[in-house]
Amino acid sequence: MTDTVRTTDRRFAVPGRIAVSEQAAAVWQTATLTEIRRETPHAATFRLAVPDWAGHLPGQHLMLRLTAPDGYVAQRHYSIASAPDDSGHIELTLDQVPDGEVSGWFHTVARPGDTVEVRGPLSGFFAWPGDRPALLLGAGSGIVPLMSMVRHHRGRGLTVPLRMLVSARSPEELIYGSELGAETTPVFTRSAPPGVPVGRLTAAHVAPLLAERPSGGWEAYVCGSNGFAEHASRLLVAAGQPVDRIRIERFG
Amino acid sequence: MNVTRGFTGRPRVHHPGLPPGQYDAGEDWPVLSAEVTPDLAAADWSFRIDGLVERPHTWDWDTAHALPASAYAGDIHCVTGWSKFGVRFGGVSLDAFLHVVRPHVSATHVIAASHTGYTTNLPLADLTGGQAWIVWEYDGKPLPSEHGGPARLLVPHLYFWKSAKWIAGLTLLDHDEAGFWERNGYHERGNPWEEQRYSGD
Repeated sequence: MTDTVRTTDRRFAVPGRIAVSEQAAAVWQTATLTEIRRETPHAATFRLAVPDWAGHLPGQHLMLRLTAPDGYVAQRHYSIASAPDDSGHIELTLDQVPDGEVSGWFHTVARPGDTVEVRGPLSGFFAWPGDRPALLLGAGSGIVPLMSMVRHHRGRGLTVPLRMLVSARSPEELIYGSELGAETTPVFTRSAPPGVPVGRLTAAHVAPLLAERPSGGWEAYVCGSNGFAEHASRLLVAAGQPVDRIRIERFG
Repeated sequence: MNVTRGFTGRPRVHHPGLPPGQYDAGEDWPVLSAEVTPDLAAADWSFRIDGLVERPHTWDWDTAHALPASAYAGDIHCVTGWSKFGVRFGGVSLDAFLHVVRPHVSATHVIAASHTGYTTNLPLADLTGGQAWIVWEYDGKPLPSEHGGPARLLVPHLYFWKSAKWIAGLTLLDHDEAGFWERNGYHERGNPWEEQRYSGD
């Protein structure tokens, strides 16, 4: 072939793959709910015991399914909130979506001891193994896969640079608020503590982080609603972040 | 069957068009691309077919629109679980493009590539016989950029990641080569009715 459309003369905006094991992806496993922790008025964390969990990389998601007595099945993708560890447990943090079929069950019915089914971890694209400097931008429950990265960074004592910008309506709505540290800059869109400005994520939030460009540059991870993902990714591109170093996870 | 205590699901009528494991997204059309939405004007869009063909060819916006118009009205299914019923796309059947380039008899598979560098692989047989389109209209209006506008591939009988957004071209091959999501653990073919979601399904 002399002429192909696949060659490198085109703009290549899709970052390459991070190698992860997909051996476990095909198998449904029973997960037992062991703990429920309220995070905000609308979000809670559900801790699940999955004895045969093969492990995951921060940023990966899983597929979860619930089965009704008549055989009806509802399945959804959820990001994993917990860092990889050897505890045989994983955590999911779910927003209570109005009329949410699956999140509604978790928030109003579920109690420790209940079982659900999961398969995963899935997709290596949004994963961060902890190898490259990571710039994380999230909004609302978009913080969930990013928090897995922050927890991984802390848990392993990694020294590779990591920064997070996270947008929430108010301090009360900021998921994991009490757990966030110096790596995180919160942005409040509706109400903020005294002296903290209120407004959406802007170029002024992004610029200082890109200015402190680490050796090798940032790998950027953007997670949130599509509106946020469009806004945040455009801010990054405008501030000079290479388009092929931006990974996006959009929540419908 | 592993029944979930206290789970009944929302009230439902069985929809024969809903593949297993899917739910009806209703009016929603979630956006699920992993990359930055490109600023790609119609005037800068092009579409090329090459590889195992007699006459590789590149179309621009005007020459592609000069081909006979063809529409799709039906359903689409995303691997993440939603399906959308009764959608309408406008564009040109892929058969019309392939008629121009004349595939070799040895061509069995296709790599579709986007203007952003995204790729996805398909059997050529899934793209012929009125099963696939290049589309630039959704519901009678220009296809929004976040949904792949100015133009995307449409292969509605497979999971929607196969319908590459911002389509730049097809390369015909005599063998299968995994594309972007297929290298990231997703199924080679992606038939919703057989729940071919992940590799190994």
